[in-house]
Amino acid sequence: MSNTLPPKERLKIPRQPMPEQEPHERRHNFLEVNQGLTVLGATTEALRCLECAKPQCSDGCPVHVKIREFVQLVTAGEFLKAAAKIREDNVLPAITGRVCPQETQCEGCCILGKKQEPLAIGYLERFVADYEREHGQLGLPERQPPTGKKVAIVGSGPAGLSAAGDLIRAGHDVTVFEALHELGGVLIYGIPEFRLPKEIVRHEIEVLRQMGIRFETNVVIGKTVTIDELMNDEGFDAVLVATGAGLPKFLGVPGENLPGVYSANEFLTRVNLMHANDPTYDEPVFDCRGRDVAVIGGGNTAMDAVRTALRLGARKAYLVYRRTEKEMPARAEELKHAKQEGVELICLANPVAFREDEKGNLCAIRLQRMELGEPDASGRASPRPIPGSEFDLPVAMAVVALGTSANPLVQASTPDLGTDRRGYIAADPTSLCTSKRGVFAAGDIVTGSATVILAMAAGRRAAASILRYLEDGQWPVVLPA
Amino acid sequence: MFAIRAACFLAPDIKRFEIEAPRVARKQRAGQFVIVRVHERGERIPLTIAGSDPGAGTITLIVQGIGKTTKLMNTLEAGDAIPDLVGPLGRPTEVERYGTVVVIGGGVGTAIAYPSALALKAAGNRVIAIIGGRTRELVLLEPELRAGGVEVVVVTDDGSYGQKGLVTDALRDRIATGEQIDRVLAIGPVRMMQAVAELTRPLKIPTVVSLNALMVDGTGMCGGCRVQTVDGPRFACVDGPEFDAHTVDYEILARRNRMYAEAEAAALRSFLAAEAAAEEPPGPCQLEARHPEVGPRIRGGTS
Repeated sequence: MSNTLPPKERLKIPRQPMPEQEPHERRHNFLEVNQGLTVLGATTEALRCLECAKPQCSDGCPVHVKIREFVQLVTAGEFLKAAAKIREDNVLPAITGRVCPQETQCEGCCILGKKQEPLAIGYLERFVADYEREHGQLGLPERQPPTGKKVAIVGSGPAGLSAAGDLIRAGHDVTVFEALHELGGVLIYGIPEFRLPKEIVRHEIEVLRQMGIRFETNVVIGKTVTIDELMNDEGFDAVLVATGAGLPKFLGVPGENLPGVYSANEFLTRVNLMHANDPTYDEPVFDCRGRDVAVIGGGNTAMDAVRTALRLGARKAYLVYRRTEKEMPARAEELKHAKQEGVELICLANPVAFREDEKGNLCAIRLQRMELGEPDASGRASPRPIPGSEFDLPVAMAVVALGTSANPLVQASTPDLGTDRRGYIAADPTSLCTSKRGVFAAGDIVTGSATVILAMAAGRRAAASILRYLEDGQWPVVLPA
Repeated sequence: MFAIRAACFLAPDIKRFEIEAPRVARKQRAGQFVIVRVHERGERIPLTIAGSDPGAGTITLIVQGIGKTTKLMNTLEAGDAIPDLVGPLGRPTEVERYGTVVVIGGGVGTAIAYPSALALKAAGNRVIAIIGGRTRELVLLEPELRAGGVEVVVVTDDGSYGQKGLVTDALRDRIATGEQIDRVLAIGPVRMMQAVAELTRPLKIPTVVSLNALMVDGTGMCGGCRVQTVDGPRFACVDGPEFDAHTVDYEILARRNRMYAEAEAAALRSFLAAEAAAEEPPGPCQLEARHPEVGPRIRGGTS
């Protein structure tokens, strides 16, 4: 054990703050908000770890990173070894260190948190992953001898990438197919640069490429080639469908198709994937400069969209949410950052119509005041409209960030792949086997929208089942949901 | 990279490409489209596939240079390559034996309608193509359609070839003869498709239009191509691109398509300025100098 401080002394060390770009500066740029801990900050923070005999933190982690062990390595100054330790369970540490909701996972379970602030596990994870990348040294995990078995992974988002990492290490031949022209799925098109620099995503994918994974962009499975063709004509022994959630949900209110009304997927894709904010790129996006904009929703995607609009030069950026701040599903840090940057919250309000000006462009959202009633199925208080409370919020652009529903492309072209009522792929919850022999499914296309780390956890679970299946050929009966 | 095997102008600003894309060529059906990105900082644009040769592994695209991206694409030659091309996307044209089908192509819309006209013919329909252009040289694919056994009516705005007038005039004439028309497929500018829809609506002639909505991913993910229909919003990329013409709100479609008009005009101006700044006609080297975003030519040797 490298930490020689008695526990009492450890409790005296305050949680190390994350150095951040100043709000008044960062609201005008796309540079990363969080700057990362220094070496001193990280080693000081690591000293706070109580090194519990039965660590709760790892139980709180969906992929069970060996947190105590890696934190001990940080304390000892063995940063590269700490990164390798994380990589045993998590192939994308620089990403999860930035985007995981640690407060409800590892840090939410940290014993320190009972008396004071929990250990900053996310900051430490990010620190060691960044240290590794910045020092250009990388311990690639060992790879088993080739098995001659081929696995296709559909989708290069977090579920697909984490599964690919486990499968390639086991010696299988792994090809990842991506519909877009760039790899990374939601990590590229969805999460903005200021929260997750794309350079980091590209680096993590480069590491996977060096591990031997093949990547093919511009292939839409279900259109360019079907699952049956992959298995029958292209010789794949197993297929993992990890296509993400997909189709944006809309409100279904009048005026929603006016020019100036976006889905969050479209708005963020134009900026993140297509670089519409950079004048040297061709893809256009609504010119927010000096205009007022509103984003509807209270999740992480809504936060990303509203903060992106600010950075595109919006004069006022409103976040419209039908419950209260307390019920917002976004990560605490995202909400905090958004407010610091000047985002104005309009809570307990819900759009009933989008209004157009004489040119036919969006000019306002008609909102209705809401009040909270009884808890609904999700356990959150259900909002009820207050009759006669409508008012207009003048805006030139609106972004609807209400989540997504299942993209049916793969399912529609694979008739023997069972789906549930909502169109998501039906998969056995533990093995992630589908109704079609040799085909597995993981991530949002099974569960609906979730988080990066939950998708990664599902990807790993699917990879473990694929390993078993390629070994013994056993297939369970999976009933359509 | 997707190599261009052949490229030639069919009319001023309208160019035909044969592009190597074996998987797309194998799968493509009439009415489907691809999304291309012409250079590393380019936008993603949908282009309907005009045909394919699965044996050769190529698809045919016919591109009208209207904005920066299409004009830039039309500077490409055989031996060049397109960095990104994905498809085939969207649903194919519904092809059944309907009886008599009138296929209407306005301008470059004829190129989009062409494979569907042939597929309808092959399914045993009598196919009449009404194809129009502003002037004679903009009338596309007339011999190819005739060779495929399609009856062709040519219409030009200026009367320089065929009938003078609009494609809707020719359709109205056809209807006036009293002959049975079982289905209409209209592809062209939004206002043309709208006019056709208004003409056939009172007569209850089943009519299909192929909508050129703005798109980003083309797989249903962004919803930017949503079309307001009487049945609610639909995505042109996955539910279309073909729709029942009598259900579409063309006003909203036209407005959505103009959403970036200013940015598009500015991009085109700077593109044309770069073109004009060069004295030489575009050869590979000059092209690279003028439009560095296209990147180094991959063309080898003297081809």
